[in-house]
Parts: sequence; structure tokens; C-alpha cells
Amino acid sequence: MKAGFNVRGFYTLFAKEVRRFLKVTVQTVLTPMVTALLFLLVFGQVLEAHVEVYAGVNYSAFLIPGLMMMSIIQNAFANSSSSIIQSKMTGNLVFVLLAPISSLEFFAAFVLAAVVRGLLVALAVYGVAVLFIDLPLTHPWAIAVFAMLGSATLGALGVIAGIWADKYDQLAGFQNFFILPLSFLSGVFYSIHALPEIWQQISHFNPFFYLIDGFRWGFFGQSDAGVVMSLSVSLGFLFVLSGLALYLLFKGYKIRR
Amino acid sequence: MGRKMRRFQCWGWPAMTAAVSIQGVHKRFAALQALKGISMEVPQGSFFGLLGPNGAGKSTLINIMAGLARADAGSIHVMGHDVVSAWRQSRHALGVVPQELVYDPFFSVREVLRLQSGYFGLGRGNDAWIDELLEILSLTDKADANLQDLSGGMKRRVLIAQALVHRPEVVVLDEPTAGVDVELRRSLWRFARRLHREGHTILLTTHYLEEAESLCDEIAILNRGELMTRDSKRNLLARYPWRTLHITVDHATFQLPETLVSLLTNADDNCLTFRLHREQDTIGEVLAALQSAGLTVVDLSTEEVGLEEVFLRLTGQSGENT
Repeated sequence: MKAGFNVRGFYTLFAKEVRRFLKVTVQTVLTPMVTALLFLLVFGQVLEAHVEVYAGVNYSAFLIPGLMMMSIIQNAFANSSSSIIQSKMTGNLVFVLLAPISSLEFFAAFVLAAVVRGLLVALAVYGVAVLFIDLPLTHPWAIAVFAMLGSATLGALGVIAGIWADKYDQLAGFQNFFILPLSFLSGVFYSIHALPEIWQQISHFNPFFYLIDGFRWGFFGQSDAGVVMSLSVSLGFLFVLSGLALYLLFKGYKIRR
Repeated sequence: MGRKMRRFQCWGWPAMTAAVSIQGVHKRFAALQALKGISMEVPQGSFFGLLGPNGAGKSTLINIMAGLARADAGSIHVMGHDVVSAWRQSRHALGVVPQELVYDPFFSVREVLRLQSGYFGLGRGNDAWIDELLEILSLTDKADANLQDLSGGMKRRVLIAQALVHRPEVVVLDEPTAGVDVELRRSLWRFARRLHREGHTILLTTHYLEEAESLCDEIAILNRGELMTRDSKRNLLARYPWRTLHITVDHATFQLPETLVSLLTNADDNCLTFRLHREQDTIGEVLAALQSAGLTVVDLSTEEVGLEEVFLRLTGQSGENT
């Protein structure tokens, strides 16, 4: 173990978190992929002929990046939050807490595992969707950056929620009354320019909107807010949530008495 | 390294680092003062019993030692490493077997041992030790079984293996035999003795006083967050040098010799109970006095004072267990 950072400890915890969700891939990868594709099938079929959000981009193609980012958001959050609360409830978190693993190593391992799951689900959605729909990749770097930003941000939020929640019910509340509405109202299914002025203004306070907008810019080269703004807000959101998660871990909030 | 070294002096031995040094530890949970300035040292190589009734503060003290809780004041050093400022080193020196049967249902026995080994920075080079632990704890056949498919006794063995996977110098056994059957209890005792013989310092908390009396050479008793005593088992037992003598005589009515009146604690028909000082009173003298009073002894038994009586006196408890 190198002084300052327990590399092997971090890697072991990261690998364990990845193996944990890979042991239940039907639940953690296949189900969210099928859900996203059902959204694509239903909304795409219904609205394809009626809506053109960006010039030259059909609605189904427009929808795919939104659904991919929505899958990233929900699954990255679920990965870290559910693992932490499950370990807290069953008591096996003690094995990590007894080990020489720092708050930073703990945080990095859980967030990186959440990134892996988020990207895996997004790739699965993409892989199936492009069999049927043409999708440009205008700025691949932006696609990669926003996908990682989105999954890391929600992984960090999942760490916070997992530490904060004392029972599954509270975590479900966090997921259903915070994550789900914010992701649905962030422009997954529409451009905010289609909204009334007041809702457009409100959407700018939704950090998930910038993740989806920047991600979509990577595919089409068109966006609502501008890529610099999206990148700045998304990075800021990640830093704030990471800082809060690290603070809670360092203080041992609800995990060390 | 900037670490503080806590030392203790043994009889005529050179000073050596205490396995665990606890100095003025306070801990409060809301209105409850769980620990009230605990100070004591656990010598290296000792088999140390930490006893106390429920709520005495044993688990809180162990949790602070292991980094699972933080003291409001005071310090704890494990093998000379402060558990706060040198937490990585102190955790390397400590292996804790938790009281609860906790496990990760996603993994097999071998997988959890490799994971625990990895958390401590150990790679595949530690696999030979993992295999040895599986063998020692009779888990080899179950190495690839998922933990949720194991019996309670097997899960307990896995917890022990997890605590030992990084070869800690100090091993904390927190109520290791609570709720286990007699056979497993005996097997865990044998294993604990083996660890001790091999040089580990063992810190045992237990509700079973006969367990502490049988295994431990050093004892500390906590009660309501205070250290009531900390001494060798031999000295503790010597503090109460009494034994009880039960005698059945052949007559129900008789005149007890004058010399035995002060020793008598109970008389029930022809069954007499005497309290004898280990060094001042002898059984022979009692028998001779009864014989001189014309009584014939038809039955006789003795009871030695055990740790239980010491414990009950110090904690003001009643009942046979803590």
C-alpha cells in the first residue's frame, strides 16, 4: 500500500462494486435498457410524424440521447445508493469501515463503479437503438465527457443518499420524488424551447437539463443552452456533490458513531 | 513517523509497547455518558477479557478502538498507533470479529476473504494464507459456497477468517460465542487459544463469565461507562479468598461447636453451609470440630469463588450471567 492512497484497497472496493451489479445484470443492465427502449418505441411511434425538435433531426433520433442520459442518471444513482444502504442495513459495511480505506478511496470506488454501470446501460441502449435509427456522432468527445459527468454526478448523489437514508423507504422517496421528476423534466422528451417561457426559466435551475443538453449536443451539434454553459454547470454540480459526499464520509455521518 | 508510543512496564521485563493503550476516553450519546474517562492498557501477548453488563460501554470502547466510533476526548493506541492520527497503521494492527453475524450475500467465502485482503492492500500473494485460514477454520469445503447458504456457525468462522486475513497483531473477539452451540463454542475456544499461543494479543468481550475465567489471563470490568477494575485473573480471584463448604451430618438436632458458629452461613435441618477463608480456615478443622461434637459427616462438597462472584460484587449485579 502506497502512503497516502491505498490503491489496492480502492481498486478492490471498486471491483467488488462492479462485480456486485454484474451478478444481477438482468436487474441492473437489461431491465433499464428495455425500459428505455420501450419509451423509444412508444414515444417515437406516437410523435415521430408530428414533432421535429431540431432541423433535420427526426424525433426518434432526438429521443435516444435523452433516454441514454436518463438511464445513466437513474442507474448511476441506484448503483451507489442501493449498495451503501444495503450494506448499512445488513451490517456488512463494517468490513470496509474496519479496513484502512480513506473517505476519498471509498468515494472514488463507489462513484467509479456507478460510472461503469451508467455507461454500460447507456451503451446497451445505444447499441440496440442504432440498429433501427440513424444517429449522428457529431462531437464524440462531448458524448464521452457528458456521459461520464452524468454518471459520476449521480454516483456522488447516490453516495449522499445512501449515507443519509436509514431505510429503503427513504431511498425510494429520494429516487421517486427527486431523481425521477428532475430527470423527466430535464428535456429527455422535448426541447425546452417547446415549453412556455416560465417553464423554460425553471428548467435552467434543473442541473440534469445541462447534462442532457450537453450530451445531446455531442450527437447533433445543436443544443438549448450551449455546450460551454452545460459543461460549466455540470462540472460545478459534480464538484458540489462530491464535496458534500466527501464531507459526510469524512465526518462519518450515519456510518461511524 | 510522528506517532506516540504508549508503553507499559512488566515485572523486570524491558518496557514494550502496549498492544492497546486507552487514555482518558470519554464518549457521550445524547443524554447517555457511555464512557467516563476510561484508561487502561492491554499488554502484548495477553489474553484479555473485557467484561461488563449490557450498557457498560464494552462495545463503544471496541468501536472507538476499531475506528467505527470517535471518542469525545482521550486517545486509543493500537500497537503504538493512534487510532485517529495513524488510523491506517492501527487498523492494520487490529482484527475485529463483530458480534453480529453480518455478511455480504453477493459473494462466496473465498471471494469475501480475497476482498477483505484487498482492502488491506494485499494481493494474490496472500492467497496461500487465505487457503490456510480456510483449512484451519474447517471452511475449505465451503470455500466456493455463497455466504447466505452457510449455517450460523460457518458464518461465524468466516467472520473470524475475515478478521485474520491481514494477520493482525491484536485480535478483538466481540462476544464470539453468543448464541452458538456447545460444540462450536469449544472449537472457537480452542482456536482462540491457538491464536494466543501463536503470539496474538486477544481481547475478548463475553457474557459468559466461565468463558473469561477459562481463557483470559487479564481482566477488566466495566460498568456504566466506568472501569471498575483491571487486574490479572489470579489477583482478581485472590481478592475474594472465600470458599463455601456444604456438609450433611447424621442428626437434624445438635449443638454446633462454638468455633464453627461464626463460619456458619446457613443451616437447613442436617445440611450446613460454612464460609471459609482460603488461608485462615481449613476443612479439617471444621470436620474435627463436628466430630468432637458427636456428629458424623455423611456428605461433603465445596464451592470455589469464581469470576462470577467477583463480577457481581463489582457491578452490583445479580443473576448468573451479565
